[in-house]
Amino acid sequence: MKILNATLIACALATIGAAAAEARDLTVVSWGGNYQDAQRKIYFEPFAKQTGKPVLDESWDGGYGVLQAKVKAGIPNWDAVQVEAEELALGCADGIYEKVDWDKLGDKSKFLPAAVSDCGVGAIVWSTGISYDGDKLKQAPGSWADFWDTKKIPGKRGLRKSAKYALEFALMADGVAADEVYSVLATPEGVDRAFKKLDELKPNIVWWEAGAQPLQLLSSGEVVMTTAYNGRISGLNRSEGKHFGFVFPGSIYAIDSWVVLKNSPNKDAAMDFIAYASKADNQSKLPEYIAYGLPNTEAGKLVPAKFQTELPTSPENLKGAITLDVDFWTDNSEALTQRFNAWLAQ
Amino acid sequence: MNPPRRSKQVISLVLVAPLLLFLVFFFAFPLVTMMRSAVSDPVAARALPTTARAVSSWDRVSPPTDEMKAAFVADLRQIGDDQLFGDLVRRLNSAKSGFRTLMSKTRTAASETDGNIDLIALDKRWADPSYWQAVSVAASSTFTDRNLLAAVDLQRDASSAITALPADASANKVIMLRTFVMALTVTVVCVLIGLPFAMIAASVDGWKRQLLLGAVLLPLWTSLLVRTAAWFILLQDRGLINSVLMQLGVTSGPVPLIFNRIGVIIAMTHILLPFMVLPIFSVLIGIPKNLMPAAASLGAHPVRAFLYVLLPLALRGVVSGSLLVFMSALGYYITPALIGGARDQMISSVIAYYATGAANWGMAGALGLVLLAATMILYAIYLRLSSEREVRP
Repeated sequence: MKILNATLIACALATIGAAAAEARDLTVVSWGGNYQDAQRKIYFEPFAKQTGKPVLDESWDGGYGVLQAKVKAGIPNWDAVQVEAEELALGCADGIYEKVDWDKLGDKSKFLPAAVSDCGVGAIVWSTGISYDGDKLKQAPGSWADFWDTKKIPGKRGLRKSAKYALEFALMADGVAADEVYSVLATPEGVDRAFKKLDELKPNIVWWEAGAQPLQLLSSGEVVMTTAYNGRISGLNRSEGKHFGFVFPGSIYAIDSWVVLKNSPNKDAAMDFIAYASKADNQSKLPEYIAYGLPNTEAGKLVPAKFQTELPTSPENLKGAITLDVDFWTDNSEALTQRFNAWLAQ
Repeated sequence: MNPPRRSKQVISLVLVAPLLLFLVFFFAFPLVTMMRSAVSDPVAARALPTTARAVSSWDRVSPPTDEMKAAFVADLRQIGDDQLFGDLVRRLNSAKSGFRTLMSKTRTAASETDGNIDLIALDKRWADPSYWQAVSVAASSTFTDRNLLAAVDLQRDASSAITALPADASANKVIMLRTFVMALTVTVVCVLIGLPFAMIAASVDGWKRQLLLGAVLLPLWTSLLVRTAAWFILLQDRGLINSVLMQLGVTSGPVPLIFNRIGVIIAMTHILLPFMVLPIFSVLIGIPKNLMPAAASLGAHPVRAFLYVLLPLALRGVVSGSLLVFMSALGYYITPALIGGARDQMISSVIAYYATGAANWGMAGALGLVLLAATMILYAIYLRLSSEREVRP
């Protein structure tokens, strides 16, 4: 008995010791789908080859609580994470990210002003807007009013299941000018107006959560139109020969950033990775696979002209588009999401 | 060689130690932590000690006093830990939207100078008593009932009387009720399919029984997510089921099977069916095979024999199967999220939002606690009913 116990304990200790001694490889987390496939090809794999160490990649669908829980639990199991603008703002205020080592990244003036922060470096500029299957839809939608008009274009619509974006789009469909959306939404009447407009479309909405879902919904014909992230649309057109369209007027663009979670055991490697992914000649390869704008302005100049026209940052596409109001959403996200969830449930 | 009594006890204790440790670490500890997080609210009191004293004499209606403002600024300068500040902001913002930008603005202003700051000149929101009410409520106690109240759509108003939340602000009760209704529906459907299935499986033997049990067990070894994704493909408008129906000419257009209640019930029933079939089957194979012929020989019609002989004996399996299915169904998350529409989401999706989306662990804990309490009540009712049945012959 004693011998057995001693052996068991020894085995257990050995296992724990081995687990603790074995350091985890650098883990990079992004948003999955064809976007992450592109990142793997141009960032993860070449970086792993350059450093001679493996890079693990995982995907997530956002959610500030996920990151906060990982940091509060002690040593996080993710290192570099691509986050949305308000997750960057919240986490930077809460101190759950490591401070960015700008020495590794070079001159801050090379980047778009909104891509520079103490806690993060811009990864992409991306748009959310209407997309549709050009092969199936003869008459292309032009505005949010069309998106709401189920008589003109019958069929279901896909929307991201979050108060963010849904409320802005509803107001635009109700006739609010794009640049006045946030001042209207800041009033209680404006919020009521947005929910009332959403009521109209509610029976025809299919809700999605992960960025790859709307592509699947469009391909299968489950919906005739859906909100989607612009880069994935052009990525799919190129890789699978689809003719999906994306409507830039009325779209909302935002910047996603790379951050390093606090107390990450691979902090230095993660910073090196971010520096690698922010280098002009590496970043400029992205639009070939997926049409997202580049925060490094020098990278933007290196992009071939034929891809430039698809980017949310091209002057043509910026017309009628607005930028996401991060301050509005950091303040109001919880209350509006609660109301949105209650509205969904009714 | 017989070890003395005492060492026998030690040995048995060592043998059950893994189980005990497991229960403590993976059951009791998380449960207690969850309950605590639902009611404990120490952040504001810890971060704003001077303010807590200053607001204790305030009537919560009149404009904020200079003493309160000075105390608040002094406290803000004291907070060195960014994570504590973050927790404080999250706590305040969840009581009143707007604190996030307000607090970071105020903290920056407070750290830039050592002198007095005119808060109202900095941001006019500081003149609004409702912001100070939120500070005062948060700082005055380290325990709170606001999460528990909000979990059942209630709140405390400015005079701390309990009132209902506006109907469009929260729908936890509706979702909680829906969770129980859906779990019950799945349980009933599982009994209706599982009982005959188990009876057939128990009445045959050899390869037929292996085949029937395999049909139940095989899906059990497949990941939940894979099975849900498979149902997604089968149920969609141009999926297998709808294209077969349309080719057979049963329907002209696709039958809506996905993003609604029917789809969720179908998928959940399929996933949970093994938990119904297996307990019933294990009870049925223990019943002597000659009971039904005996009943028949005494003149009982097969239906009568089933109702009076087999069913009462099989009931133990049905009840434990129902309990397993019902309890598992209560916590379903991924299946309703993928197959269901917005009106088919269960309470776990709300809990998940508070935990992973809003990082509001207090609300997540409170909703979990309410769900636990409701389940315990149902379990108590079940125990009472089942013990009565045993007393009655």
